[in-house]
Amino acid sequence: MADKSFPNPHEIEAIPGTEGWERMYPYHYFFSTKDKEREAYENNTFWFNDALHYPEPLYPFDIIWDEAWFLGLSQFNTRIFMIPPVYGVDHRIINGNVYISPVPITDPEEVQKRIPLFMERAGYYYENWDRLHEQWEKKMTGIISDIENLEVKQLPAMEDISVVKNGIGTSSGYELLKTYDKLIDRGIRCWQYHFEFLNLGYASYVTFVDFCTKAFPDIPLQKITQMVAGIDVILYKPDDELRKLAKLAVEFDLGSHIGDDTKNVEDVIAALQSSENGKKWITAWEKAKYPWFNISTGTGWYHQDISWNDNLNIPMSSIRIYIKKIIGGHNIDRPMDQIKEERKRLVHEYRGFLKTDEDRQTFDQLHGTAELVFPYVENHMFYVEHWFHSVFWNKMREIAAIMTDHKFLNEPEDIWMMSRSEIKEALWDLVTAWATGTKGYGPLHWPEEIAWRKGVYQKFKEHPPIPAVGTPPDVIAEPFTIVLWGVTNESMTAWTKLRKIGDPDKVNEIEGFAGSPGVVEGIARVCRSVEDIGQLKENEILVAPTTSPSWAPVFQKIKGVVTDVGGIMCHAAIVCREYGMPAVVGTGQATTIIKSGMKIKLNGDTGRIYIER
Amino acid sequence: MEKRHDYVLWFEECNLESIPIVGGKNASLGELLSAEIPVPPGFALTTKAYKRFLEQGGIKKEIFKILEDIKPNDMDSGEIASKKIRALIENTPIDENLQDYMGEFYRQLSKKCHVPAVPVAVRSSATAEDLPGASFAGQQDTFLWIRGIDDVFTHVKKCWSSLFAARAIYYRTKMGFPHDKVEISVGVQKMANAWVAGVMFTLNPASGDRASVAIDANWGFGESVVSGECTPDNFIVNKISNEIIKKTISHKTFLYTRNPEKHCIIKQDVPAERQDTQCVVDLDVIELAKIGKKIETHYGKAMDIEWAIDKDTPGKAKIMILQSRPETVWSDKKVTPVMSKRSSALEHICAGLVAGRKVSN
Repeated sequence: MADKSFPNPHEIEAIPGTEGWERMYPYHYFFSTKDKEREAYENNTFWFNDALHYPEPLYPFDIIWDEAWFLGLSQFNTRIFMIPPVYGVDHRIINGNVYISPVPITDPEEVQKRIPLFMERAGYYYENWDRLHEQWEKKMTGIISDIENLEVKQLPAMEDISVVKNGIGTSSGYELLKTYDKLIDRGIRCWQYHFEFLNLGYASYVTFVDFCTKAFPDIPLQKITQMVAGIDVILYKPDDELRKLAKLAVEFDLGSHIGDDTKNVEDVIAALQSSENGKKWITAWEKAKYPWFNISTGTGWYHQDISWNDNLNIPMSSIRIYIKKIIGGHNIDRPMDQIKEERKRLVHEYRGFLKTDEDRQTFDQLHGTAELVFPYVENHMFYVEHWFHSVFWNKMREIAAIMTDHKFLNEPEDIWMMSRSEIKEALWDLVTAWATGTKGYGPLHWPEEIAWRKGVYQKFKEHPPIPAVGTPPDVIAEPFTIVLWGVTNESMTAWTKLRKIGDPDKVNEIEGFAGSPGVVEGIARVCRSVEDIGQLKENEILVAPTTSPSWAPVFQKIKGVVTDVGGIMCHAAIVCREYGMPAVVGTGQATTIIKSGMKIKLNGDTGRIYIER
Repeated sequence: MEKRHDYVLWFEECNLESIPIVGGKNASLGELLSAEIPVPPGFALTTKAYKRFLEQGGIKKEIFKILEDIKPNDMDSGEIASKKIRALIENTPIDENLQDYMGEFYRQLSKKCHVPAVPVAVRSSATAEDLPGASFAGQQDTFLWIRGIDDVFTHVKKCWSSLFAARAIYYRTKMGFPHDKVEISVGVQKMANAWVAGVMFTLNPASGDRASVAIDANWGFGESVVSGECTPDNFIVNKISNEIIKKTISHKTFLYTRNPEKHCIIKQDVPAERQDTQCVVDLDVIELAKIGKKIETHYGKAMDIEWAIDKDTPGKAKIMILQSRPETVWSDKKVTPVMSKRSSALEHICAGLVAGRKVSN
């Protein structure tokens, strides 16, 4: 590994003007030399920037999900399923960016001791997968309805008389604290459930991948994914709803009412009210909203990833794309039969090339388990990152509104600059002042502090994080790190290379992962968020930080995709493979280097992108 | 009653059962045709034709007399005998009936190809390859770019006489294999006017991956690739999805082509503008891989195939398969299981986790 040296984590300097940034994040997230043991551990460990989840620095509030998975993933590995060779995944923050590292178990005896425990515990989950999974869905919908029903109440000048007559014995101030606690508690709990199955799912998938790459050294990773990936995946449902609505609009001949993107969604709904069919369509539209319009327009990891419900113009615009396609005589359905057929064929033919009965038996065992676990691997995201988070962010906004009323914040969106524990403290400040009938201290502190934090955050954003710090290991056993981040020798070489790129205007070639095969040439369109997709013209190549199910209709318009973030399993790669459209994903910085209007050639076989200058 | 079937057969009339009379190469061309593989058209002269030639020309006795003079430990005596016999065969006229059969077939072949006096390859096709110690493969000659019936006769005789090359004689003598037991068939096949050509394996020879097809290609005739003289373009195609998964475009400096006047094969430089360009377009690479897979399915084993993309065949059949034989390197390897057997997926998962993933090389 000598040729891939990364800087010492303790020597990374603060960006000028951000000194003191550490107070925005939990204290235990920092690299420290205060203790020799911790210093040595941090130096001898390999920490890589989790750009997959966090293409941007973390807001002090949004770090809640990082804390949640720091705990969730680690506890399942270390204390619950007793994954033999690995403990949890450790976290640090440098200049607002998260660095993570799997913690290996180095004592061979300890590994041996954990094996029978793992067999019993993980074995129980694999054996009872369907039943436990059904139970999981109930827990998740329960927790979601819990926060959907959570009321954030204003603080009244005087409590209602019912408080007296019913002998309630508590105040709205106390209720506000309780509501906030409950909201945070449900968030953390939801993330506990998030990891209940996930690592077992990945472990099983990694083993199947291992077998396939040994038996078929040339096998592209995408083929392995195609052999197990779910077909009726929940994440596709929101988009399916839009297709249905588009079909209904064509059937009812409502195209003129729906109009084009210059027409606001409220005006569309008003126009549709004038006819019977219009009303029927509105009913269908309203019905589709729950729960499917809780789909996030981003990955769901950041508060700014709003959902369709938050901006109904986004799903409406997608419906228009579909209507246009239908009128143009195109079939807008996902080619389900074809996908199923192809998947069956892949399994059958690869299996057919195995040489011994023994191999075929192993293949069947591993494929069977990978297939069993995969729907969860794909579906959990809708429940947690999309549905739960979409509701959660808006509940937080309601709390922010109260804090704004009491001048703790200049505007509700400022709340994201505070950490969850700071908010709790500020709420105490707020409710005690309310209870006492005095002025809180918050208004003197928070607006000024938040203004400073916003400046720091801006500077974080302007300085791209280094990909990794510390010392790379020889072996990685943590299934997450392997599947999701694809930490391999090659990826580390690619990261080191990325660091060497100086002026983005001089780069003619970018490298990423071959996400979906094929070669295509065309005009690039950089869309930083789903709100930019209106600028996309027919047959352009989409260049985006990442895509999510909200972007689905876009794939009808374009002829190729490039993303900054993501591996072979990312949304863009999966959808492109379905549409037979080339994709290069995980390029690191395509959106920085490529500008809209540039002519690019994208090779989905090799993972390279050429820029014509 | 003699029948033309005894002496000449269209490739379409040959199959693996006809190996004793048309040899391995011709039989395999017939097999390929029956599997609907595009093969340059042609016909086989049977072993009976060869035997009839020896008898009708009255040279059989003479040949065996010469062979009797060879002393087993004297290389020189073999050389001398070889020269004598080969001259004898090549100077003896083919009898008229055989000439008629061949002439008629050659005329029909030319007509089929829409080329007057179609250039052909005249290839030896041995019958004795499966006899113990009789691995003569490659010992008999092949003549390319033969044009006109007289030249065909000359080279058919050269193929026949190659059975008495010094090395072949010496080999048989040493192995105690009777000379009168060896027989030879000859194939006369439309010459592929290759624009690009090369070889294809229905597995990846580098990794042994059975789900891949590996294709090597260079400009011109396939000789430059077969002989290993050049660095060809290389393509790895996924056999199942028919996608090109790896592509290496090499710097190609020379090629073999035909001298238009002398009709012989010449080596020449690849024009500068084509040296670094992909010599087979993606669509043809995929088409080739599909044909490779079809051949493999027909034989039920991994195959080693020679192919060409023809310049002048009318219609769609521009990709042509020239030869195919079973792949031997990986197919003969001892089979070891991919992962050691375990009672459940969970045990595999656990073992995999414990082993971890290597990050460094």
